[in-house]
Order: sequence, then C-alpha cells, then structure tokens
Amino acid sequence: MSESFTKGMARNIYYGGSVFFLLIFLGLTFHTTKEMPQRDHRENLTESVARGKALWEDNNCIGCHTLLGEGAYFAPELGNVYTRRGGDGGFKAFFNGWMKSQPLNIPGRRQMPNFHLNDQEIDDLAEFLKWTSEMDVNNWPPNIEG
Amino acid sequence: MSTLKFQSQAVAKPYFAFALILFVGQILFGLIMGLQYVVGDFLAGAIPFNVARMVHTNLLIVWLLFGFMGSAYYLVPEEADTELWSPKLAIILFWVFAAAGTATILGYLLVPYSTLAEFTFNELWPTMGREFLEQPTITKIGIVVVALGFLLNLGMTILKGRKTAINMVLMTGLIGLAVFFLFAFYNPENLALDKYFWWFVVHLWVEGVWELIMGAILAYVLIKVTGVDREVIEKWLYVIIAMALISGILGTGHHFYWLTTPEYWQWIGSIFSAIEPLPFFAMVLYAFNMVNRRRREHPNKAATLWALGTSVMAFLGAGVWGFLHTLAPVNYYTHGSQITAAHGHMAFYGAYAMIVMTIISYAMPKLRGIGEANSNKAQVCEMWGFWLMTVAMVFITLFLTGAGILQVWLQRLPESGEALSFMATQDKLALFYWMREVSGVIFLIGLLAYLASFFIGGKEAAKVS
Repeated sequence: MSESFTKGMARNIYYGGSVFFLLIFLGLTFHTTKEMPQRDHRENLTESVARGKALWEDNNCIGCHTLLGEGAYFAPELGNVYTRRGGDGGFKAFFNGWMKSQPLNIPGRRQMPNFHLNDQEIDDLAEFLKWTSEMDVNNWPPNIEG
Repeated sequence: MSTLKFQSQAVAKPYFAFALILFVGQILFGLIMGLQYVVGDFLAGAIPFNVARMVHTNLLIVWLLFGFMGSAYYLVPEEADTELWSPKLAIILFWVFAAAGTATILGYLLVPYSTLAEFTFNELWPTMGREFLEQPTITKIGIVVVALGFLLNLGMTILKGRKTAINMVLMTGLIGLAVFFLFAFYNPENLALDKYFWWFVVHLWVEGVWELIMGAILAYVLIKVTGVDREVIEKWLYVIIAMALISGILGTGHHFYWLTTPEYWQWIGSIFSAIEPLPFFAMVLYAFNMVNRRRREHPNKAATLWALGTSVMAFLGAGVWGFLHTLAPVNYYTHGSQITAAHGHMAFYGAYAMIVMTIISYAMPKLRGIGEANSNKAQVCEMWGFWLMTVAMVFITLFLTGAGILQVWLQRLPESGEALSFMATQDKLALFYWMREVSGVIFLIGLLAYLASFFIGGKEAAKVS
C-alpha cells in the first residue's frame, strides 16, 4: 500500500465507516419493524399461539427441524407444514395423530421422540404452526415440500 | 515460564487447554450426528439428534470463546507492554465459565430439554430453544458476568499500558461480542420479531465482530512470525476490518429475505453480501504478502502454516461458500438446505477454529516453557494434524455441497406435486452423507495427530536451520 495512505486514514475509515453503516442498519431496522405488522399478522397472535411457541422452544424442535429455513436440516421444514398437511380441513387431526404415534420405530429411519404432550398442548402447537404458515414471507418456500 | 515476556500471560494456558478438550467433544458429537443422518435410529433413545446437535454447536461456540479469551489474555499484556491487571480474576472466571459450560452440556445430555427448561425456570424469562441460543437463561446470565469481568480485566490492562491498533481492534471486537449477545435475552412471542433480532447475535457475531477478533489475532501472530514492521501490518488490519464491517453490517440483510420484512432487504442483502468475500480475499493477500516479506526465519513453522491456512480457508468457507448462496434469487432455493450446512462447516473451521489454533500454535511453546517453537518432530506431527483436518474439512464441505445441490434439484426446483418430499429426498442423498461421515473420521484422526504433537519431542526446542 502506498505511503500516502496512512494508518490514521485507515483507522478513520474503520471507525467512521462502521458507525455510518451501523446507523443505516438501525434506521432500516426501525423502518422494518414499523412495516412488519402488515405482514406478520400479529393481530391473530392469540394466547394459544404464544403457548405453542413456548412448547416449540421448550422441546427444542429447532434441533431437528427448520422453521422458515432456520434450524437443523435433519427433519422437514415446518413453516408451511400447516398447508402441506391438510390446512384448515385436516391439519389438526393429522397433527394430533402424528404427535401421538411417535416414535415410529421403523428400523434405520430417523426417529422423532415422543414429547408426551396432552391434547391442549398439541392444539397450541398446531395453532402456532398455523399462525406461522399465514405470515407473508415473500413466497418462501418455493413449493409445498418446503 | 522463563520464555514469557509477562508472567501474567500464563493465564492463557488453561483457557487454551480447555478449549481443545471441548473441541474433541464437538467433533465426537459431530460424528454421532453424521451417522444419525444415514442410520436414523443410531442412539436415538440415548442421544436424540437434537441433543447431539445442541452439544455439537454449543461446544463449538464455547470452545471458540475460550480460545478468544485465551488469545486476549496472551496477547493483550504483550501489546500493552504491561502485566495483566488481575491474573487472579482471569483464573476465577476461567473456573466459573468452565463449570457453567460443563453443567450446561451435562444438562443437555442427562435430562430431556423440557425438563432442563423447567429446572432453570425458563418460563420466568423464556430465552431457550432457539438455534445456537439453547443455553438456559441462568447460563446466559453467567456468560454475561464472565464477559464483563473479562472486559474489565482487559480494559484496565490496556488503560494502564500501550494502546496499539491490535489491542484496540481486539477490544472493539470483544465489546461488540458482549453487546450483541444481549439480544439473546430478547425473545418476543412474535416469531418474526424473534428471528429478526436473533440475527443480531448470530450474524453480527460471525460476520461482524468476530472478524475483528480474528483480524487482530492474525495481525499479532504475523508481526511475531515475520518480523515485518508493525505500521504496515496494522494499516492492513484497519483496512480489512473496515471492509468486513462495512459489508457485514448491512450484509445481515441476507438473513431477512424470508422473514415478513420489506423486499428492499433482498437488494441490500444481496449487494452488501457480494462485498463480504473481499475482506477475506484481502486477508489472504495480506498473510502471504507479509510472510513473503518476512525479515526473520521464525523457528515455529507450524504457526506460520496455521496463519496462512486460516486466511485461505476463511476466504473459501466464509467468502466463496457464503457468496454461493447469498444472492436473493439463489437463496430462495438454497435457504435452509445442505448448502447452508456446507458453508457453515468450512466458514467456522477456516475463520475461527483455525485462528484459535494459529495462536495456540504460536503461544503454547512459550506458555509451556519450551521456547519459541516446539521440536521439529512435534511440528511435523502438528502439521500432519493441520493437513488432515483441513483436507477433511474441504471434503466435508464438498460432499455437503453435492448433497445440497441434489436436494435443491429434487425437492425445491420442481413444482408442487412433482417435487420429492423432504424425507424422500434425504434417502437419495445417503451416499453424500456416508462420504461426509468418512471425511469426519479423517478429521478426527487429524485432530488426534494435532493433539499428539503436544506430547512429542518433550521440552526440546526447535533450532533455526
């Protein structure tokens, strides 16, 4: 690097540039959080959905599944599982049966543990997954398989 | 300990040793998970996949934090040209952190996660159950306490001593690490908001402030092993980390594409992410340039190899493999696929595992009272470890990338109705997963060779030829 470009100039670019872009980032974050209510449908966020999210976290579901593409890649994406597995017509019945039949104990197949949830808890979890599936996330995932 | 410039640098040694022990644990659990990918019911009752994964990723984070702390305790006194403010505090915090970390890992392994959540009163302040932030809230508070004590210790040391560029960059990186971790305590009921701010920890750590820590450690080791003028190295350091933050902060946008956020993030995220490989490329040029201009033949050839290796692997893993799927139209198909896993593996190994091993390689001979470098025999063994681990990681990345491309092809690209389901796709990827597992075993062999180098050649120091 040329001698006319001094260490002091490099240092100023570091501190000045970082602060500048951090401020832009914070400004955009402020704007984004103002816009998000129109897309995340938080008006539908009931106590049941909130309990469902707590169950999702307390059982570390993210340790195998992805949710909106984040998490582990060992088990299916669940951000759209509500629509994939029956939607309004059949999801809750499917989900209740699915949770109670775990583990499937098919030799060699990946096993989902049984978390021993009661009917109320399974319903809360279903409500959480339903609410999640209704968020407007720019049309991700590309197809129903997630 | 006569080879240390400042006696208090010795506190780095337990940090490094414990980091390496945790590293072994991380790899063992990685192998268990890798096998569960193809033999689904392997240890399914004893160690379910989600537990193995939590242990694998949490051990990674914790061993790197131990490594960063050890690095800071080693290099800050020398850079500041004064003894550490309080070596006693450093040792106390070591035991606090080691005990809390061990208890947390045992908690993951011994009781169901929901029981752990109950025991630690997660319902009072729910923070658990989010990827990488699975630690019980009490552990998170412990981490904050340890971080504050650590920063106090370093801050006081630097205040009474020399304020070099390396010290300042390291400190801004470590302060950023502590500040952004505070977002781990924010867990709203709204999933979209939860995920948005979750990235304030995850992205702004690994694609932000951790890069400052990496840059500072690399600059320090390069000054030591090359003897190149500090002014030159520090100027490069500032330029590189400036690029890293300028691209990395708004580059967070590449995680906001599919999170109920405005579509402008797809443009901002794509543009700034495209710049993110540049600082890593600059780091490669810088490391090789400094080594070529070296003014002395340092007897520790292994440390030089690690320094060059980390720059190359960080560029490939974080830079190239990150860029591969960071543009919004590409990410639409690759998000959350095995491509993400491929990138994650090489980026973490190249940028952060290797930088910690770089400074361990440089500092350990001095910490153990051997001298500037281990015996040639020990260094040869260490370099075997370097190559086995690094080549194995290249193959792990390539196999996971292959798996990811096939996964996108079968599961994501076809229309609904024609696409294979997730589990049906996974069956088709089995061969890639088996080859990944074999590469993982070779990685473990490399790690064992690396560890064996600490026990070879005794206290005999290398001579400059």
